[in-house]
Amino acid sequence: MEKFKKIIDAIGIPRLIVSCFFLAIVITAYVNGIDVKSYFSSTLKYWGMWGVLVLAMVPTIKCGIGPNFGVSLGIVCGLLGTLLSIEFEVMQRVDAILPGFGAWGAFAFAVIVSIVCAWFVGIGYGKVLNLVKGSEMTVTTYIGYSIIYLMCILWFRAPFSSGEIIWPLGGVGVRNSVAMEGSFGYLLTEALGFEIAGIYIPTGIILFVLACCLVVHFYFKSKTGLAIAAVGSNPTFARASGIDVDKMRVKGVAMSTILGAIGIVVYTQAFGYLQAYTAPLSMGFICVASILIGGATTGKASIIHVIIGTFLYQGLIIFTPPVSNHLLAGTDISDTMRQIIQNGVILYALVKTKGGTE
Amino acid sequence: MEANYVLKMSNISKEYFGNKVLKDAQLKVKPGEIHALMGENGAGKSTLMNILFGMPVIHSTGGFEGTIEFDGKEVNIDNPQKAMELGIGMVHQEFMLIPGFTVVENIKLGREITNPTIASSLFGPSMEKLDKPAMAADARKALDTIGLNIGEQEMVGGMPVGYMQFIEIAREIDKTGMKLLIFDEPTAVLTETEAQRLLETMQLIASKGIAIVFITHRIDEVIQVTNSMTILRDGYFVDYLETKDTTAAKIAGLMVGREVEKLVDDVEDDSRSIKEDNVMLRLKDYYVDMPGEKVNGVNLEVRRGEILGIGGLAGQGKVGIPNGILGLYKSEGTVEFEGEVIDTTKLGAALMKHIAFVSEDRRGVGLLLEESIQNNITFTAMQIDNKFLKKFGPIRLFDEKAARAHAEDMIKQLDIRCTGPDQYAGRLSGGNQQKVCLARAITMNPKLLIVSEPTRGIDIGAKKLVLELLAKMNREQGMTIIMVSSELNELRSLCDRIAIVSDGKLTGIFPPDASDEEYGMAMSGVKEGGKE
Repeated sequence: MEKFKKIIDAIGIPRLIVSCFFLAIVITAYVNGIDVKSYFSSTLKYWGMWGVLVLAMVPTIKCGIGPNFGVSLGIVCGLLGTLLSIEFEVMQRVDAILPGFGAWGAFAFAVIVSIVCAWFVGIGYGKVLNLVKGSEMTVTTYIGYSIIYLMCILWFRAPFSSGEIIWPLGGVGVRNSVAMEGSFGYLLTEALGFEIAGIYIPTGIILFVLACCLVVHFYFKSKTGLAIAAVGSNPTFARASGIDVDKMRVKGVAMSTILGAIGIVVYTQAFGYLQAYTAPLSMGFICVASILIGGATTGKASIIHVIIGTFLYQGLIIFTPPVSNHLLAGTDISDTMRQIIQNGVILYALVKTKGGTE
Repeated sequence: MEANYVLKMSNISKEYFGNKVLKDAQLKVKPGEIHALMGENGAGKSTLMNILFGMPVIHSTGGFEGTIEFDGKEVNIDNPQKAMELGIGMVHQEFMLIPGFTVVENIKLGREITNPTIASSLFGPSMEKLDKPAMAADARKALDTIGLNIGEQEMVGGMPVGYMQFIEIAREIDKTGMKLLIFDEPTAVLTETEAQRLLETMQLIASKGIAIVFITHRIDEVIQVTNSMTILRDGYFVDYLETKDTTAAKIAGLMVGREVEKLVDDVEDDSRSIKEDNVMLRLKDYYVDMPGEKVNGVNLEVRRGEILGIGGLAGQGKVGIPNGILGLYKSEGTVEFEGEVIDTTKLGAALMKHIAFVSEDRRGVGLLLEESIQNNITFTAMQIDNKFLKKFGPIRLFDEKAARAHAEDMIKQLDIRCTGPDQYAGRLSGGNQQKVCLARAITMNPKLLIVSEPTRGIDIGAKKLVLELLAKMNREQGMTIIMVSSELNELRSLCDRIAIVSDGKLTGIFPPDASDEEYGMAMSGVKEGGKE
């Protein structure tokens, strides 16, 4: 019994429940003759789409702020980068010089602009969070919401002129969803992709996510990274070792914001459409839920948690609708399930958080 | 015929979780006298008073042994309510006053005078109306008794600390049937003139037949106002003295005196030569704003190669000194290290000069509890000295291999009992955690090592190891060490000189073999300033 408890503790209740549930769904799907392979392919693609966004949770958890509900700040930076890439027709310009590499050029441009933009935004965001120590999670949630609505105004009036971006009737502003076909849509998803045993492996996007994971992993092996982790683990200890706690927290937040920005660029290319306005509103919650399902807590997280959590969460979302439609025809239980799992896991993690530092 | 005592506590023993804090202690107080209860921190004064008050902390941890006689009758006080009914009152060290209430309201809180109303006849006494004039009159009377000239309708919030203390006293003496009043270090927060007034007030109260137990460690005050005293040390009853038959020096000796047990074996050869003019660290007019451990203007010189002890009672500022140097708390004045001034406002400035610090708060400041021993040991040196970093092109990454080798070496050297360098520091015992802290400090190759309360909360065996390790580093590597400790015994067994701090100021620097009296006087703030 003791041993059994230990194993459960090691896996973590949310991870255990969600894995079992996922497994049960996959088996049910298989038994009922649902095309498991194609849904599995989708899961891999969605894993790639969300991987970097979920990765953005790691730096803030490591520096003691907790999961970054306000990743939407990074997301709007990423959207801006992508839109500018389309607006300036980077693809066409690069294609003219280096034929065949236009999409890559556009993607790189979007990523770089997003990073620069997110860096500045992240520093400001970090400074705000230093003012509200102790209630970061509440504040990040509200900041995450506010920025989306603030940006709604901006998107509506932004002086874009590209025909791809503006409303079909003309004028200015960004339309609801901008097709990415004319730019770097499906670039990573299709790069080096191949099919094996009926399952499509989107190699490009998988490699990209893993590369990002590797960068973050090594960052947290550097002097600064270790200092950030120490600040999260015990701020007074860090101070006693001569570390500027506030500065490290700002660095952690900036890094999270940057990853959020890159994440949405990756997401957009895989989705095929850029969604402005309120579409990214609940993305923060999905990211938080994913990493928590992966086994992270509000105080500890690692790359492995990102990889496992994203897979489980996305797998569940993709497999549930066909199964539930099959079993309970005519109902739409799947989105309800998603909401219960997503918010339930966040709630569970918050309850488990031991108030303040011990 | 034995003298008549209002309070007689005999053979009191109490243990907390197997740790005996009181052993056969006794306390006798005559009516109308001022009786001092004296002892160092941890001597058992508070526990004895908690027992007298029937505090829940006593009864939830298994009660106590011994008997309490009050007014000649044996009593069983198992809750504070009972103590109050018997006529025992207490003036707390931290004021238990409500700032937003007036003086009257604070004095009469819980004992309001009320008149019946229609509502109260229907809904019970909680609906009765306050008789404000009667309450004000009562409060005025109490205030007049102690000669406090303030309006009884004024708000308590914003009053000077001294006034609050007197309002507390007024509240206690307003209670009817008060027979014994306990003052728990009442002068600690007062200015000199306020303290003087308080002492006079105590004499006034005593003259009305109320006995007073005066808990303090200030010997001069005891000599001034008390009739008799009880001295405790390490939970033992040491002596009962009539004040007129004793001297300050004798009291001081009794408070700290104990056989100096050898905590450190004589270290092989002491080939050090410490020169008086070879000053490594110099504090000039040094102030630290550390809550509860304020330093108020210290001048101190630390010589190269010596072990300097800093002692004194808890809360007197000895711990503030190193915390200020390291920049963890705001400090003023100059800190000069090897002739250069350290900017203590800059975090890490002292570390850069190779001053290492082992904090008194091991779990709070000293360790990353949720990290491996290896990371704990190497962290500071990596951050400050760029040790354990390996270059990969333009970036430098943590050199896991070098760190592990070093951690394993340290574990062997300091005999850290653990399952390996990967074990979490939080899982270790206190003594081993302390060794990890020391290992982290040593890893920085410090020129000056400051250890604060290095043996707090660790068992006797580990204590010895830690102290021997400090001696070894001092003798073999010539490391200069400042050791801050509440345990005088420990300081005397290891240090070359011991500076005593009281009330945030230096009250003397003594050789380890100075007499108990000298130490006792210095710790109680009597400034005769014995220089070695």
